[in-house]
Amino acid sequence: MLERINKAYSQIDKAHKVLGRRINVMEVCGTHTVSVFRAGLREAFPKGLKLLSGPGCPVCVTDQGYIDVVLSLAEREDCLIATYGDMIRVPGRKGSLEQKAARGNIKIILSAQDTLNLAKQNPSKKVLFVAVGFETTAPATAIVVNEAMQQGIKNLFIFSNHKLVVPAMQALLLDKNNKIDAFLCPGHVSVIIGSDAYKPVVEQFKKPCVVAGFEPMQIIEALAEICRQIVEGKPQACSLYSAVVTGAGNKTAQKIIDETFDAVDGYWRGLGQISKSTLKLKEKFSSLDAEKQLGVEFIPEEDLTGCRCGQVLCGLIDPPECGLFAKQCTPDTPVGPCMVSSEGACAAWFKYARRKRQK
Amino acid sequence: MSANNKILLAHGGGGRLTDELIRNVILSTLGNYSLNKLTDSAEIKIGQTNICFTTDSFVVKPLFFNGGDIGKLAVCGTINDLAVSGSKPLVLSLSLILEEGLEIEVLRKVLHSAARAVKEENIEIVCGDTKVVEAGSADKLFINTSGIGLKLLKADIGFERITAGDKIIVSGTIGDHGMTIMSHREGMKFESEMKSDCGSVAQICGKVIEALGDDIKFMRDPTRGGLAATLNEIVNQIELGIEIQESQIPVNPTVRAAADMLGFDILEIANEGKVVIVVSQQKAQKCLEICRSCENGKDAAIIGEVSKSGEPLVELETKIKGRRIVQMPYGRELPRIC
Repeated sequence: MLERINKAYSQIDKAHKVLGRRINVMEVCGTHTVSVFRAGLREAFPKGLKLLSGPGCPVCVTDQGYIDVVLSLAEREDCLIATYGDMIRVPGRKGSLEQKAARGNIKIILSAQDTLNLAKQNPSKKVLFVAVGFETTAPATAIVVNEAMQQGIKNLFIFSNHKLVVPAMQALLLDKNNKIDAFLCPGHVSVIIGSDAYKPVVEQFKKPCVVAGFEPMQIIEALAEICRQIVEGKPQACSLYSAVVTGAGNKTAQKIIDETFDAVDGYWRGLGQISKSTLKLKEKFSSLDAEKQLGVEFIPEEDLTGCRCGQVLCGLIDPPECGLFAKQCTPDTPVGPCMVSSEGACAAWFKYARRKRQK
Repeated sequence: MSANNKILLAHGGGGRLTDELIRNVILSTLGNYSLNKLTDSAEIKIGQTNICFTTDSFVVKPLFFNGGDIGKLAVCGTINDLAVSGSKPLVLSLSLILEEGLEIEVLRKVLHSAARAVKEENIEIVCGDTKVVEAGSADKLFINTSGIGLKLLKADIGFERITAGDKIIVSGTIGDHGMTIMSHREGMKFESEMKSDCGSVAQICGKVIEALGDDIKFMRDPTRGGLAATLNEIVNQIELGIEIQESQIPVNPTVRAAADMLGFDILEIANEGKVVIVVSQQKAQKCLEICRSCENGKDAAIIGEVSKSGEPLVELETKIKGRRIVQMPYGRELPRIC
């Protein structure tokens, strides 16, 4: 194993010399962020490489306005909120779902399918599914939407804020201040969309896009592959996670996403509005659409004061550069979403890399 | 304290919020010399005899899981608190809070299991209490047990005895209980391959104290908050750091896979039949051999040591020779979205 590590590191050193400066690779996926920290890779990497944590945690990129709407619905007596666990601690202007959970109307689900049962078991309630996540979770939501239609379930409402990864990567590269030399592309998302989905990024911006698995060694070798492409001046979209990620991806999952959702312009925390980046239910499913049925008005909002999660998500700053980090903003008292989600960059820094002891 | 003034589930998770609740609310009101020490059991001198006294409540859901149930857990949990304090468990109390509607057969099963567990330790439940609350006021069945143990004469255990160079031993694979329970709750498919480690560590603790006396510096069962919480509790008290090696920490591969899948750090997952032992460097190997000679200590391993210098932090050397800090867990682990 050490031999493989050394080989990869020498490739990184080589690219560093060729480029004559540090190489900045953005890991797009929150699971990669956590794997890197958990394995202590940041300290072990050659100095010529820096990883930037990107907008790959679904909780972190969720706009403040969306969260505030969910919180307002949580206060309604007739609503039952079904959410993935990560979302419950995200602070809005009036507390978090965790703080509202004492009323018993917040249900943590592991699978979108659970929402169908919740709706059936609680016929007097309007069950709101907080449908967030990238292309990984969108197919599961799509299945639920289709099943709810078929079964004639009338009290399940989908508040869709599913995001698409590639438009966000393109938006980041369009920003003149970006420092990104290449992308370490997400494993889970790429299972669905396939590594070919990154070809437009490579063609337009000439940046390597390499899909990796989550084992530390897979990450190290993907970074070495990125460096090899940089040295050779031949950026590619490819997968080193070939056992599970193919070029074409999962066609069935892509089909059901296409049949259920429209890609519309949507708001991302830190990135603002991105063209065709957010999935909303198609018109034919409007009876299940929370925005249409529950009188929900979703207005994009400014981030909470002082919070620099937006810049963290764009790879412009490291979390400790935010004035709130580890002061007002900790996992117990998070100000921004990057501190809430276990896969957020701030939470990962706080947990795995902060030397100052928490008293 | 957290921003709002209500109890959150995370206050019960064994992490930082639990610690804050205990210090800021409970100790500030009820604290005294003995309670403030926050040891697993209180040591009381009666005449010339030192006894250990402890109590614990059990609210596990589901009541029955692979490897145990709430009855066995309630007995073993209290036995373990006595054992890691360097005492030989003598007697227990057992109190029940029952929800209206609970099937008596379920209660019977739980009590049979508790009876087997006390029999194995050769001790008895000598007093108890039963309360019934109306449906909805409790979740089926809660149990409280208290226990008294006789302090072993050779035991000299305490944070203050830990010094640089001492070795850290864990008595077996970590995370088994927590991941088994979580997989039951979440309906994950590989639950049958995982088994809670729910069991007594009294044999291990008794044997190592008997053989090595004051070379055993400290023991604690890493329950809520897992190994991460226990090691952080130690460094917070001793003002020295601890270094552990990931490659040495025993983990069942299925348990690791389940934790990885849900995005959990295995170091933070609860155990119910393990003990962390801090032992002098000279006697570490002997201590390891004794652990391994015990029925539930076969997978014991030396996982690290108290560092000679450095900050009071727990640091992990990862398998690929990276380094990272192991913090006190927050309290309530949340499964990730994708």
